[in-house]
Order: sequence, then structure tokens, then C-alpha cells
Amino acid sequence: MPSVTTSTAPANPAQADDTSVWRGFLRRGLRNQVVCVVIALVFWLMTTGGRGNLFTGWIYSAAIGTCCWFFIDGGRLLISARLPAGQRPAGARRAGWPGPGWMLVCIVVGTALGYSLGSAIGDHFTGFVTPSLLSNRPAIAISLVTAIAATWYFYATERLRQEQAAAEAARRDAAESQLRLLQSQLEPHMLFNTLANLRVLITLDPPRAQAMLDRIINYLRATLGASRTDQHPLAVEFARLDDYLALMSLRMGPRLQVQLDLPDALRGLPVPPLLLQPLVENSIRHGLEPKVAGGRIEVRARQQGDRLLLSVRDTGVGLDRPVAGAEPADTATSRYGTGHVAERLATLYGSRAQFSLRPAADDEGGTLAEVSLPMPANASASEPASTSASTPPPACPPTDHA
Amino acid sequence: MPNAAPTNAFAATALIAEDEPLLAAALQAELARLWPGLQIVAVVGDGLSAASQALALRPQLLFLDIRMPGASGLEAAQALAEDWPEGVPFPLLVFVTAYDQYALAAFDAQAVDYLVKPVDTPRLAACVARLQQRLADRAPATGTLAPPAGPGGTGGALAADPLMQQTLDQLRALLGGAALAAAPAPAARLAVIQAGVGNLVHLVPVAEVLYFEAADKYLRVVTAEREHLIRLSLRDLLPQLDAQQFWQVHRSLVVRATAITTALRDESGKVYLQLRGRPERLTASRLYAHLFKGI
Repeated sequence: MPSVTTSTAPANPAQADDTSVWRGFLRRGLRNQVVCVVIALVFWLMTTGGRGNLFTGWIYSAAIGTCCWFFIDGGRLLISARLPAGQRPAGARRAGWPGPGWMLVCIVVGTALGYSLGSAIGDHFTGFVTPSLLSNRPAIAISLVTAIAATWYFYATERLRQEQAAAEAARRDAAESQLRLLQSQLEPHMLFNTLANLRVLITLDPPRAQAMLDRIINYLRATLGASRTDQHPLAVEFARLDDYLALMSLRMGPRLQVQLDLPDALRGLPVPPLLLQPLVENSIRHGLEPKVAGGRIEVRARQQGDRLLLSVRDTGVGLDRPVAGAEPADTATSRYGTGHVAERLATLYGSRAQFSLRPAADDEGGTLAEVSLPMPANASASEPASTSASTPPPACPPTDHA
Repeated sequence: MPNAAPTNAFAATALIAEDEPLLAAALQAELARLWPGLQIVAVVGDGLSAASQALALRPQLLFLDIRMPGASGLEAAQALAEDWPEGVPFPLLVFVTAYDQYALAAFDAQAVDYLVKPVDTPRLAACVARLQQRLADRAPATGTLAPPAGPGGTGGALAADPLMQQTLDQLRALLGGAALAAAPAPAARLAVIQAGVGNLVHLVPVAEVLYFEAADKYLRVVTAEREHLIRLSLRDLLPQLDAQQFWQVHRSLVVRATAITTALRDESGKVYLQLRGRPERLTASRLYAHLFKGI
């Protein structure tokens, strides 16, 4: 007795890996068998009230179901493998998914072929004759509907699974890169040299040693990212730079002159934390430290129309490190590692912020880094109670570290 | 016959190279406490002065900070090894570093003396004791007997001095390792050099270059017909050259091996190179003389 059966056509978007594609194929085939048994049971109960021949019902169910699944699933895998890259939908993970158009074709053709072949197989085993698919409209309708429903279901669950996996991977990556950033920021060389200087100061000049220790504490807090704000006042930003430059002044002695220039009116403006820190560190590390005579670093903030201009200028060795055959254009940013600053500005301000790094224009030489931001709304005129232990520099005019 | 352990009155001279003034002063003060007999002949703040002052004053000990402006501690040691005069014992070197995993591993591997900043008193005292012992052991070795000439005919007190050879080997290993550590991922092999003069750019195939010589901030690129100047340091050029074809024979000289016709050894350990197609004679330093050994 022929029974109308359905085809289950799970259409899991498979992973890109070939062996796992085939494993998925087999896995779905097995699940298919289970569904075929269930369908046979359901039909047996519904149409014959439990009195018909379950075994026959199962043979047809299994034969047709397996053939349909084979044609649909196999068809989609073959088609998606052969599709030129342009026609395949985006998302490399979805190898095995040929797109809704082709999938529909697979389902229709696969169901037709599967039903015909499956019925023939069932007929062979049971001796019955099944009417051909074209004459059996209900069979067509039920088969197609079931095939589409099953496809949809498997597609949806697979997609959900993949998206969860992707989110997990992204979270893991973010944690790893944050860890790496922290490790690179701590710079042991800076830390140990500074501690060595502090050790000397303890017996040489105890009050100064204590002041230095306070600055080290602030610097470490800032570097290790203890404060999680998106923004802090420009005065606090300058205070952090002051800490770092005070430590470098102690180490470099007369080789480093420091000028910080923050007008009173701009003190409260909110800026992203540690925006200028990498530029200042670069000026010292690449510009002034290698220069035997040392030099000067100037950090200035000023307003120009509706823009806030922040600049870091040093009189160090400059950017000029050409390579014999290569383009000089890309060596500047890559050597200074300021790509990170540019990226951060782009993320936060899009095209409204500009960053430039070029040789200083006057004849003292060195390098000038400039950040141009849209003028932020003045958050508050008052000083923040704030997260850091130290107070921002009390006066606005240039503070000089001799 | 080993010498008796020297006391702290043991007289010796030393030069300190340290760019951070507080640390230099502190090291000087600590050494004065631990070793009153030690006379600090100079305190310099950069690698170039370290080499030139050491050559001028000829101290017996050198304390070399690794990271200094101008030239690093290793580069200063290299310059000294190459230019040190005959007949004077080479100073004992102590490298000083704040934190450098690579350097510490290399120093340990080469059994080179080093100190880690901040320098604490027990470690400095141990270092002082080692230095005193080595100077005392060496004292009778410099001197009256000329060492026998080696099989290659290398005479010269300094060339044959085993301590000097050991120092040269150590420096070679440290410099080689440092170059590997500092070089970025292998750059593409340079095929053509662009040497600009005003609006004109000469394109010089590397295949035609006989040697490169560092001159101040520039590099002389010498072919058979003429020479060019480019703004590049030897350190930046080396990773882009094939090390099989181009040999470094001096801290400021890299020569194409196939362009050398003869290499003449000299008593002081230097090697003079004659080139194909150029009249001038190049000098390979004692640090690289080992490249030219007869078979």
C-alpha cells in the first residue's frame, strides 16, 4: 500500500570544511531515517487507524524519504560547490547554501525525483504499484510543503547556531587583543628604568622621591586602564601627560625640556582618554631619546573656529628614515605605530577628525603630530572629582620641567 | 699559580657609559663605596662618546648601558673591538640593562658579565669581586713574553691573546643575535638602488655594487665605474641584502664576496682586501678577520 510520504530535506548550511560537510550529510541522512519512521507511524495511525501494515508504510516512507533527501541535500551541495564565487551569497561560512533560488529548484526537482525513485523502490519490495507523482496531486502538495518546511526549520536552527559561535569567537578575540594591548602598554623597560631612578632618589632627595612615586602610581593606573570612562576632561588628559613627562624628565635630566600649554577655557572639554599619550610616547621614544643632545617636547591645545586642535611637537631626530628601494610615504606612519591613533579617531569621529604626522616646519627640526577634532560641547566648567588620585596642573600657562 | 684574592684597595680604571644622569651618578657612588681603589676616568651619556673616550683613555673596565642614544652599548663595544690598538689589553666589559629578555638570554649564553637595573648592592659587590679576580689573573699575562706566532703566521700580542679572542667571539655572537632580533620580518631582496642627485635619479643594480661603506648619515654605494651616496644606514640595508653574496667585514663596510681578489693578513689581526676593478684597498677588522682563513 503506497503511502504518501514526505521528504525531509534538511538544508543545513554546512561549514566550509570538506570532511565536516560530508559528516553533516551523513548526520542528516540518519536523522532523515528517524523522521521517515515517525512519518510512517503517523500515517499508519491516521489513515488505517492502526490496523494497516506499518511495515509496508515504513518501507515506502523510508524509500521515498531517503531518495528525496539524497537528491535535495546532495543536489544543493553539488550546486553550491560549483557556483562561481560571485553568485554565491555572502558569508564564507555558508558553504553548501546555494541561495534561495537554487534551493527551491533543488527541493522541487529533488522531491519529484525522490518520490518517483522511492516509490519504484517501494513497489519493488512490496509488489504494489504506486501511481506516478504527476497524477497524485495531494502527494505532490504534501511532499513539497513538508520539504520546504523542513528546509526552513533546519536552515533557521543552523544559522542561529553559527551566529552564536561567531559572537563567542568575537568576544574571545576582543578579550585577547585587550590583554595584548595592556601587555604592550606596560613597557617593562620604562618601568624598571623609572624604578631604578626612584631608588636613587630615595636616599638622595626623599621628598622628591615621594613626588615621583605618586606620579608612577598615576601613570600605572592610567596605563592599566583602571578608569573605564569614554571621555574625560582635557585637563585630566594633560595631567596624565604631565605625569609621564615628569618621569621621563627625571630619567633624561637636562636632555628633556617639556612645555604643556592648555588654555583655561579648554580645560573642561571632554576628550577620549589617553588620546595623546601614544603621540607623546612616540615623540620621546623615536624623536628625543635617540638624539644625543636631547631636545624639547611641546603639547598644545587650542581652539580654531569650531575645531579643537591638539598638537605634539618635538625637536628630535625627525621622521626621515628612508629605505633604499621602498616608498618613503608609508614608512612614516608604520615606523611610528601611530596607525592606532588614526584608527581610534576614525572609529570615534568618522571623517570629522583629522590626524597628521609630519616633519616640524621650522628649522629646529623634529616632528609635529596634530589631531583636529570637532569642538565638543563644554561638559562642565568645574574640575572633576574624578577617578585619578592626582590633581590636574593648577595653572594654565606652560609648565616647564627643567 | 693563581693570584691571591685582591682587596678593595686594588687599583684599576673604569669608564661608565649611562645616559640617565641619576643612574650614572648612583653607579659611580656605589662603586666608590665597594671598590675605593677603582678610579672612574670618565662618565659618558651616549654610545659614540663611549667608544671614542674609551679609545682615548684606555680604561681597564667598561660599564656599558645597552640602550643609549647615538650608538648602543653593543655597537660601542663593536667599535672598540675593531679599533682597539695593539699592545694594550682590551678592557673587561660589563653590560647594564633595565629589562631585555633577549639580551639577558644572550648574555647568559655567551657568559658575558652583566648587571640588571636597578642594581642592588649584593649583585654589584659580586660583580666587583669577579672583575677584581679577572684583572688580577690577567696581570702577569700582559707583558714580557711575546706569544709564539700561530700556524697562520698571525703574530701580534692582541691577536693571539686568548682572552681577546674570547671577547671577540662573544661580541660576534651578541651582535649577530642582536641583528636578527632587531631586523623585521625578512625584507624583499633589494635588486635596484635608487640614488638621487637633485632631479636625477641613478638606478644602480645591486648586482653591480662592489661594496657599501657607511659615511656619517650616508652610505657610499661603490661600483666599478663610480660611486653614489644614499641616505640609509647600514643597519637598515643589511636585512635587504643576500648574506651569502655580501659580507660585512667591518662595522661600516659590507663587501661583495666575489669582488675580492686577495686578502692579506697583518700582524695586528687586520685583513687587507684587494678588489677586482677598484684600486683602493679595504680593511676588514679583527672582528671579521675569521672570514678569511686559508684552507
